[in-house]
Amino acid sequence: MATLADLPIGASATVTSIGGERAFRRRMMEFGLLPGTTIELRRVAPLGDPVEIRVRGAALSIRRVEARNIGVAALPVAAMDARASAARDVGMRPSLPARP
Amino acid sequence: MSTPSAATASSPKAERPGVVAPRRVVIVGNPNVGKTTLFNRLTNENAKVGNYPGVTVERRVGRLDGVSGHGARDVDVMDVPGAYSLSARSAEEQIAISAALGLDENPKPDLAVVVVDAGQLVRNLYLVLQLVELEVPCVVALNMIDEAADNAPRPDAVARLFGVVAVPTNGRSGLGVDELVRAIERALETPPRGSVEVPYPAPLRADVDRVADALPSAWRVDVERDRALARWALVSIDADDELDGIPPQLRERALDVQRESARAGRDIDQEIIGARYAFLDAHAASLFARGVDEPPSRAFSEKLDRVLIHPVYGFAIFLVVMMVLFQSLFTWADPGIRFVERTVLALQVFAADQLSGGFFRDLVVEGVLGGVGNVIVFVPQILLLFLFIGLLEDSGYMARVAYLMDRVMRALGLHGRAFVPMLSGFACAIPAILATRTMERRRDRLLTMLVIPLMTCSARLPVYTLIIAALFPPTRAFGWIPVQGLLMVGMYLFATTVALLSAFVLGRVVVKGRKVPLILELPPYRLPKLGTTLRMMWDRTRSFLTEAGTVILACTIALWILLSHPKPDHLPPGTSPAVAAQQTIAGSYGGRLGKALEPVFRPLGFDWKIDVGLLGAFTAREVFVSTMGLVYGTGETDDPAPLRDRMRAETRIDGKPAYTPLTGLSLMVFFAIACQCVSTLATVRRETKSLRWPVFLFAYTGVLAWSASFLVYQGGKLLGLR
Repeated sequence: MATLADLPIGASATVTSIGGERAFRRRMMEFGLLPGTTIELRRVAPLGDPVEIRVRGAALSIRRVEARNIGVAALPVAAMDARASAARDVGMRPSLPARP
Repeated sequence: MSTPSAATASSPKAERPGVVAPRRVVIVGNPNVGKTTLFNRLTNENAKVGNYPGVTVERRVGRLDGVSGHGARDVDVMDVPGAYSLSARSAEEQIAISAALGLDENPKPDLAVVVVDAGQLVRNLYLVLQLVELEVPCVVALNMIDEAADNAPRPDAVARLFGVVAVPTNGRSGLGVDELVRAIERALETPPRGSVEVPYPAPLRADVDRVADALPSAWRVDVERDRALARWALVSIDADDELDGIPPQLRERALDVQRESARAGRDIDQEIIGARYAFLDAHAASLFARGVDEPPSRAFSEKLDRVLIHPVYGFAIFLVVMMVLFQSLFTWADPGIRFVERTVLALQVFAADQLSGGFFRDLVVEGVLGGVGNVIVFVPQILLLFLFIGLLEDSGYMARVAYLMDRVMRALGLHGRAFVPMLSGFACAIPAILATRTMERRRDRLLTMLVIPLMTCSARLPVYTLIIAALFPPTRAFGWIPVQGLLMVGMYLFATTVALLSAFVLGRVVVKGRKVPLILELPPYRLPKLGTTLRMMWDRTRSFLTEAGTVILACTIALWILLSHPKPDHLPPGTSPAVAAQQTIAGSYGGRLGKALEPVFRPLGFDWKIDVGLLGAFTAREVFVSTMGLVYGTGETDDPAPLRDRMRAETRIDGKPAYTPLTGLSLMVFFAIACQCVSTLATVRRETKSLRWPVFLFAYTGVLAWSASFLVYQGGKLLGLR
């Protein structure tokens, strides 16, 4: 399964699962990161960790080990086409499909 | 946290007859939504700063300003720490919930003003939804409405969705604040009864009802509120949570339900949170002016981030910012510090002239005035450090500092935000310890506080200077490196290494605490608001003066008595003041204590005179120099030259020099590690609200310092060094 940590920088994907400790899962979900949410790996900190992600227009910094707990899948094609009207993530580069 | 039972109880405070109790409004919201700025607007900047019951999380309460007056009662407004959700994890989140729901010793609020970032609407409405479910009367402030630009949320649509009042505001410009005040007044007259019906899945509804059945009767209000409380319990209760006052039967029931659903392959957290977000997402588009849920552009922040967290420029700018901060604590604070010292000296001279001689005059002049000076002397650095911290926090740069440094700091077990306080520790531990407040988690604050005193503060410099100048030759190693300068650099490196190693060990052994995932929000860059920062500088300084200051004053007076009493009975006429002072300190309680302590410190190479100097250094480390001046009868001056010569000439009974370079090294190592500073200990006591942590700090640094000096001195002797 591909995880958030595997995404190339700048890529967006759909969240499929959130694993890890309960405290982490709960906090991520409360930030609105749920299965089906679009997520972007925005950049990696200069020292390689943490990573900056974009969820619902918010910029969050999480650690790489925690990013491995978030399963992702490529954005559905329909969703990408419809993004002009449905996009919620700013800073998302158009048509950067996630690694399969 | 505590018993939701108190939620239904009335305020514990007895109300005086004839005086109508003020209404209570709490300001809640996510972090970084401009809560404090809006709070300052609502209270017209006259808030009282205190603490929440039993913890050192700051609580600000002010009077609502601009009440229209027709029979209105006074309204108290309370600023609550930022929280993303009502399900609690950290101590700070628990406080936010206690205050919002009126749990613990917090009085039940009449109204909650939920400050919402209009540019992050859905995530912020998650908090509104929870409050409405728990039947807390709410007014929603759609804040920073200007940033939402042409796709601002529609207040009427938000109001309709939850059955509450919503007002667009901009706390920075003051836009909509009058409207908000009127909305608060109206809501206090007739509390808005919000309602929201999230379509939770059927199996979850059955679970929630089972948990609701286990609620104690005192917690029950009505069916819907009981269910909301049950959902709160399901998401918050863990096998190892730190919630207080949860009745055992409720806890057991919640854990049972969690276990059963997990066995059935269900995920209750996701069911509850997912259903809420599904509800919000289904309505989101209709809440916006343009009919789409599209957050405002972060183009400006994005451009800045490309530079500010760039691998090369980012670190270069970071270094420059930190150097300016550091340099300013050292040099900009200096005129302020000198002004305080001169003023206190003038007051002491004045008081000495006015009062007749004797114990009382000495007490006022040297004990009280000296002690007051010893407290106020910290103010310039505290003000400066909080000016920087305020600007860094409000601009959004502090979050980037944590982002840049997280990798390094985490390796040591520290939070990324611990960097600025630790750096400030090189100037002075007192403002640095106060600056740990910028970390939300108690564990992070505590660990940082325990290692800050190991950073080489500026008060150690005069001590090192004296020892190095007195005991080390001004020669050059390898023909070109000055030995004295090398030693000074070596002491800084040594102390920093000890601090980092201590953080590593203490974080694993002593301050374990719960592992909370580190999720930092990187807020958009915003122009800092000077008013808010000045307000914070003043609040922090005032609370330092009134709370830590009094303890520092008392300790300074006690130390003064210790080192100057009892007075010698009879001195031959014509004794010089320096010799008189020498006799006084030698015969004082402190002098006797120094002699009694000699066996303890002899293995480190210290004689009783140094021990007395160490006692004096508790007032402030640089006092070591003037105390040694008294002990050696060279006078209590800041000029180290006579004392330096006197120390070089001192011999033991066998005629060998009393102080060797090895003694000097051992003494400097001791100074580097031992937390022998009453001001630091008093500040830690104030920040942790306990005696346990300052005592621990004193003990662990003391043992570590003694051991390190012992190794240096005895090891050096074994190697044939002197």
